[in-house]
Amino acid sequence: MRYFLNRLGFLLISIWAAITLNFILPRMMPGNPAEIIFAKFQGHMQPQALKALKLQFGFSHQPLIIQYFQYLGNILTGHFGLSYTYYPTTVASIIANSLPWTVGAVGLATLISILVGTFVGILIAWRRDGVLDRTIPIITMFFQSIPYNWSAFMLLFVFGFTLNWLPMYHGYSSSVNPGFNGPFLSSVLYHGVLPVVTIFISGVSGWIVGMRNNMINTLGEDYVVFAEAKGISGRRLMFSYAARNALLPQVTGLAIALSSIVSGSILMEQVFSYPGIGFQLNTAVSNEDYPMIQGMFLIIALSVLIANFIVDMLYVRLDPRVRTGGASS
Amino acid sequence: MTTGVAAEKGPVMTGNPVRRKRFRTLRAFVKNPRAIAGMMILGLFAGLAIFAPLLARYNPQASVFLPMQPPSAAHWFGTTNTGQDLFSQFVWGTQATMMVGIGGGLIMTVLGVTIGMYAGYKGGTVDAILNVLTNIFLVLPTLALLIVIESYIRNTTPLINGLIIGLTGWAWGARVFRVQTMSLVGRDFVVAAKLSGQSDLRIMFTEILPNTYSILASNLMYSCLGSILAEAGLAYLGYENVNANSWGTILYWASSGNAMLTGAWWWFVPPGIAIALVGMSFALMNFAIDQITNPRLKSGKRRRKRHVTATPSA
Repeated sequence: MRYFLNRLGFLLISIWAAITLNFILPRMMPGNPAEIIFAKFQGHMQPQALKALKLQFGFSHQPLIIQYFQYLGNILTGHFGLSYTYYPTTVASIIANSLPWTVGAVGLATLISILVGTFVGILIAWRRDGVLDRTIPIITMFFQSIPYNWSAFMLLFVFGFTLNWLPMYHGYSSSVNPGFNGPFLSSVLYHGVLPVVTIFISGVSGWIVGMRNNMINTLGEDYVVFAEAKGISGRRLMFSYAARNALLPQVTGLAIALSSIVSGSILMEQVFSYPGIGFQLNTAVSNEDYPMIQGMFLIIALSVLIANFIVDMLYVRLDPRVRTGGASS
Repeated sequence: MTTGVAAEKGPVMTGNPVRRKRFRTLRAFVKNPRAIAGMMILGLFAGLAIFAPLLARYNPQASVFLPMQPPSAAHWFGTTNTGQDLFSQFVWGTQATMMVGIGGGLIMTVLGVTIGMYAGYKGGTVDAILNVLTNIFLVLPTLALLIVIESYIRNTTPLINGLIIGLTGWAWGARVFRVQTMSLVGRDFVVAAKLSGQSDLRIMFTEILPNTYSILASNLMYSCLGSILAEAGLAYLGYENVNANSWGTILYWASSGNAMLTGAWWWFVPPGIAIALVGMSFALMNFAIDQITNPRLKSGKRRRKRHVTATPSA
C-alpha cells in the first residue's frame, strides 16, 4: 500500500511537472515566441479562440500565477485549445484520432521485442561463451545504435521501393473505408508491418543483452547451484529457476526503455507518414500550430508516465519483496 | 602486494591505491581485443573529424556536379539531387556530429555526476527532491521534449542542439551515480575523510568520484552516443539550420530529396552506418570495461561451463 501511494504520488508530481514545463517553456524562450504566434493567429480566429490562445501563451495582463492556475484548469478539464492547422477542430479530437495508431504500433512492437529478446537472452546466457553468445551481443549493439529513422529508411527502400512487397506510406490504403470491416483491418495490418519492424529492430537488442546479463547473475546464485546439485533437469533449471528471477530487472528496464521507444516512434512515424501522435507533433511544429504542439507533447508525456505507473504496479505483483519491504524505491 | 588489499578496505590516504588499481584496469583495457576494436573504429571517425579540411575535396554545399551520381572515383559517396559531393558532406558532417556527440555527452555526464553524486552523498530531503527530479527527466520522452523546445527556438546550429540535448539528457547518469555514491558513502575512507574535516565538495570529487571511474567512462560513452542519436533525429526532422552540415542533415536532405523513391541509396546509407559504427565502438569498449571490472561477467573459468557440456540438448 505504501509502495502504491509512493508511486501514485510520483505519477501525479511528474504529470504536474510535464504540464508546468509546457506552461513555462514558451514564456522562457528568447525572442518572445508568444508574440510571433499571436501575430500569426490574429484575424484568422474567432475572438473567443483568440482569448483562449492569449491565456495559453501568456498574452494576458494578469499576474503569472493567475495565468498559471487558469492554464491548469483548462488542461484538467481537457481544453487543449483549437488546432490552427485543422481549424476549427479541437486538439483533443486530433489526439483521439492519432493516439490509437501510435499506441498500437508501439505496443505491438514492444511486446514482440520483449518476448523475442528475453528468450534469446536466456538461450545465449545458458550457452555461455558459445558462438551465439560471442556474436549476438555485438551484432545487436550495431542494430541498437542505428537511429530509428535510418532503419525505417532502409526498410522502406528495400521492402517498399526495391522489392515492392510492402506499402511505403500511411496507416491504411486510401481505397478502403475506415471502420470495423475486413478490408480496412487487413490494410492496417499490411501497412503496419514496416513501422512495427522498425521499432522491433532497434528495441530488441536491449532486451537480449539485458536478459543475458541478468541470467548470468542469477545462474551464479546459490539456489541455482543447489537446484543443479539436486538433479533438476536443464530445461527446468533454465526457465523455472534462473530465468524467472532474471525477468524482474527486465520489467524495470521496460519503464526506462519506454521514453526512448516513444522517441523512436516519433521518427518512425515521420518516415512512414504514419498517422500517429509523433507525426502530428511534427506537422504541428512545421505549421507553427502551437496549441497542437502543446497538446501533443502533453499527451505523449502523459501516456509514457501512465505506462510507467502500470509497469510499476506490475512489478509489485511480480516481486513480493517490494510490497513487504517498502524501503526500496 | 599490500596495496591491492588496502584498496579494498579503503585506508585513510586513498590516493595511491586507487590510482594504482586504475592503472591496472587501464592496462587490461588497452589489451582487451574488444576495447582495441572499439578504439580503432572511434579513432577512424575522430581522424575524419580532425582532418576534415584536408580530406574533403570539395565545398560540401556547392551544387556544381552532375546530380544523382552513384559512387565513383571522383565522388566516393556519389552526389545529391542538386549535384553536391556527398563525401565532402559526410566528412564535414563527421566533424559537426562528433562535436555535438562529445559536447552533449560531456554536459550530460557532468550534470548527471554532479546531481547524482550530490543526492547520494547528502541523502535526506535533498536526495528525495533531486531523486524525483531525476526520475521525471528519466521518464519524460526526450525527443518530444526536444522537439517542443526546438519549436520555440528556430534554426538552431549543431552546437546549440548539443547544448539542449545535454541539458535534457542527464537523468540516466544521475540515477546511476546516486546509487553508486550511496553504496560508497558509508565506507571507511569516506568517513575518515569527513572526520579529517574535508569539505563535502572535496570528498565527492576526490574520494568518491575516483572510485567510480569505470562507471564514469561507460556513462560518458553512452551519453555521447545518446547525443549523436538525438542530433541525428532532430536534424532529420528538420530542426536544425538547413545550411548546417551533420550526419542528421544529410538524412534530412536525402529524405526531402526523395532518395528512397529514386533508388539513391548512396545518399542515406553512409550516415546511418557511421552512427551505428560509432555506437558499436562505444558498446565494444563498454563490454571490455564490464568484463574487466565485473567479476561475474568475466568469461571462462566459471562453473557455468560445466552446464554447457552437461546439458547439450537444453
